Amino acid sequence: MERISGADAVIRSLQEEGVEVIFGYPGGAVLHIYDALFRQNQVRHILTRHEQAATHMADGYARSTGRPGVVLVTSGPGATNAITGIATAYMDSIPMIVLSGQVQSHLIGTDSFQETDMVGISRPIVKHSFLLKKAEDIATAIKKAFVIATSGRPGPVVIDIPKDITSPTDLIDFEYPDTVDIRSYNPASKGHSGQIRKAISMVMEAERPIIYAGGGVIQGEGCQLLTRLTRTLGYPITNTLMGLGAFPGTDPQFLGMLGMHGTYEANMAMHHSDLILAIGARFDDRVTNTVSLFCPTAKIVHVDVDPASISKNVAVDVPIVGDVTQVLEEMNQLVDAQISERTEGQKSALADWWSQIEGWRGQECLKIIREESDKQIKPQEAVQAAYEVSGGGAYVTSDVGQHQMFAALYHPFDEPRKWINSGGLGTMGFGLPAAMGVQMAYPDEQVICITGEGSIQMNIQELSTCLQYSLPIKIINVNNQALGMVKQWQDMQYEGRHAHSYMESLPDFVALVEAYGHVGFRIESVDDLEPVMKEAFALKDRLVFLDILVDPEEHVYPMAVSPNGAMRDMWLRKGVRT
Amino acid sequence: MRRILSVLLENEAGALSRVVGLFAQRNYNIETLTVAPTEDQTLSRLTLTTHGDDREIEQITKQLNKLIEVVKLVDLTEGSHVERELMLVKIRTSNSQRAEIKRTADIFRGQIVDVTGSTYTIQLTGTKDKLDAFIGALADAVIMEVVRSGSSGLSRGEKVLAI
Repeated sequence: MERISGADAVIRSLQEEGVEVIFGYPGGAVLHIYDALFRQNQVRHILTRHEQAATHMADGYARSTGRPGVVLVTSGPGATNAITGIATAYMDSIPMIVLSGQVQSHLIGTDSFQETDMVGISRPIVKHSFLLKKAEDIATAIKKAFVIATSGRPGPVVIDIPKDITSPTDLIDFEYPDTVDIRSYNPASKGHSGQIRKAISMVMEAERPIIYAGGGVIQGEGCQLLTRLTRTLGYPITNTLMGLGAFPGTDPQFLGMLGMHGTYEANMAMHHSDLILAIGARFDDRVTNTVSLFCPTAKIVHVDVDPASISKNVAVDVPIVGDVTQVLEEMNQLVDAQISERTEGQKSALADWWSQIEGWRGQECLKIIREESDKQIKPQEAVQAAYEVSGGGAYVTSDVGQHQMFAALYHPFDEPRKWINSGGLGTMGFGLPAAMGVQMAYPDEQVICITGEGSIQMNIQELSTCLQYSLPIKIINVNNQALGMVKQWQDMQYEGRHAHSYMESLPDFVALVEAYGHVGFRIESVDDLEPVMKEAFALKDRLVFLDILVDPEEHVYPMAVSPNGAMRDMWLRKGVRT
Repeated sequence: MRRILSVLLENEAGALSRVVGLFAQRNYNIETLTVAPTEDQTLSRLTLTTHGDDREIEQITKQLNKLIEVVKLVDLTEGSHVERELMLVKIRTSNSQRAEIKRTADIFRGQIVDVTGSTYTIQLTGTKDKLDAFIGALADAVIMEVVRSGSSGLSRGEKVLAI
């Protein structure tokens, strides 16, 4: 058996897991581990400029590839800086391994330099965590961490490693386990066949059905099966913010996103449906509006890998706990066998349902209204231009706010894992580092970061990392010179009192990105939008920052009426509601 | 409705804090909590009492089950069960009250486990309601100190919580 140090055991374990890249920032408590990293060349380390960005990069890497993202930070401030990124991953069920340095074992609990109780601080935002006691435990803990992070409902796992157990002078026997037994951890795998049969008989008999699919379908690699099922049934489908791309966004059966800023047709179809087939979605408050008014005529089938997600917010009629792929496979088999038995009455009910939906769709809730002579760019047009110029197949990350909703509504996604945003936690500062993680995973693919002048400044220091690693991301800065979503709420609910939602001393972004060694363009006229964007995208090997000045008065519509609104209650334009 | 949840937990550092943290994080209440290792030293058995309707208790048990260190759990109140709590009460006793207090303790099958010239310490086991009733019956006495263990319990009959 090999005799190696604890630090080498950490890196060897990552190698054994097939980790190709980790994101991190060195410091005292992890110096032994960094030295072990230096003495090998299998695991690539990306030096970020802030630990929060390191976690978002690992997150973007994980969301785009499906493989866990790995982060290495030091103790104390290194660990606490990682917290926002861990919470972001936790809320969206993203597999992530965070290795944090800890002070030496004998100093734990003494308020020593750069000490923080990382396991304690991170406890509510991790799927699990380990505080290691001895070097011999490293390999098993890392193996367990990867198993836990990537199975069942995925999530982040923290491994806190005291410096002394990584000492280069203390050697241990190293053997990486092929499997680990965690007797108390048995994530659901197979959905109950009886429940699936019951669900499908309800699905087949429904007259006004809708499929409501979320990020779980993407995480569980069930998108092709979902698409097949939806097409065989011929039913309308809506995706959550996290589920965009699970079903092709340009397909006529797709009604767009649902929820607070969902399309008119998606929310109306949900409200008036008689059956909701919910798959890998969690009835989030940003979807349901007022729970007691949620979809009053609908029976609900809910498929989820996490039993705790079922009947948490909305009571469901048929719960199915299981792996989405297996459940969808069984559902497809049943539907394939039964579809030909559909009666004329059922066919005509479905046709009536579609004609009602087409009526809602005819409202064109996303239509952009502009005067021909007005040259000011609408934020929606910035998103549309990015879609057109990129050809629609790019990876798109976003930050949080109006631009995020515009991206979700105006950039259709035909494939899963192409749309990457912080849905659950809503983390500003996510977009750029997430895009970097994606670009690391796919060096030859087009990666776009749609952001705003507020969000981008929350992790703008990473422009330096982008230069170091030559990441040719295209940053679309939808610049309305305000914290747009905050301002929108202030317009709608606080009589336009814009308390601290303005940015009064914005930097010259073009000069700023040039100072970081990149290319910047400023676009102010709608006539320049596509030409300049084309020029930017033609610079294949450079990061280009497009500072696009947009109409600051624009709101995101539709918008749910709240409080006390149902899904059908929406603001459609300024002052116009359903 | 009051519920008694019995949980088998890995006997590891930090496991208890995850359980307690979950209750705080998700805004569930803990009325009593008692925990100790079982005959198998790798496992602790934790009993907690809480209040909630069926839906809240379903969420609590599901969320508890998601904790990696929770091996198994049962809601004892779903079936017939034995519940016991231990209480020690220290009472200031004047000569005129001593006989009465002893009689009351006897009625509740309590034992006087420490005696001084001016105090009795009474040990009582039973359900929460019984212990509450005993405190009520001591209304005229001066209670100096009360310590209660929190409820523990087991299902009746063949049903067990074990791995």
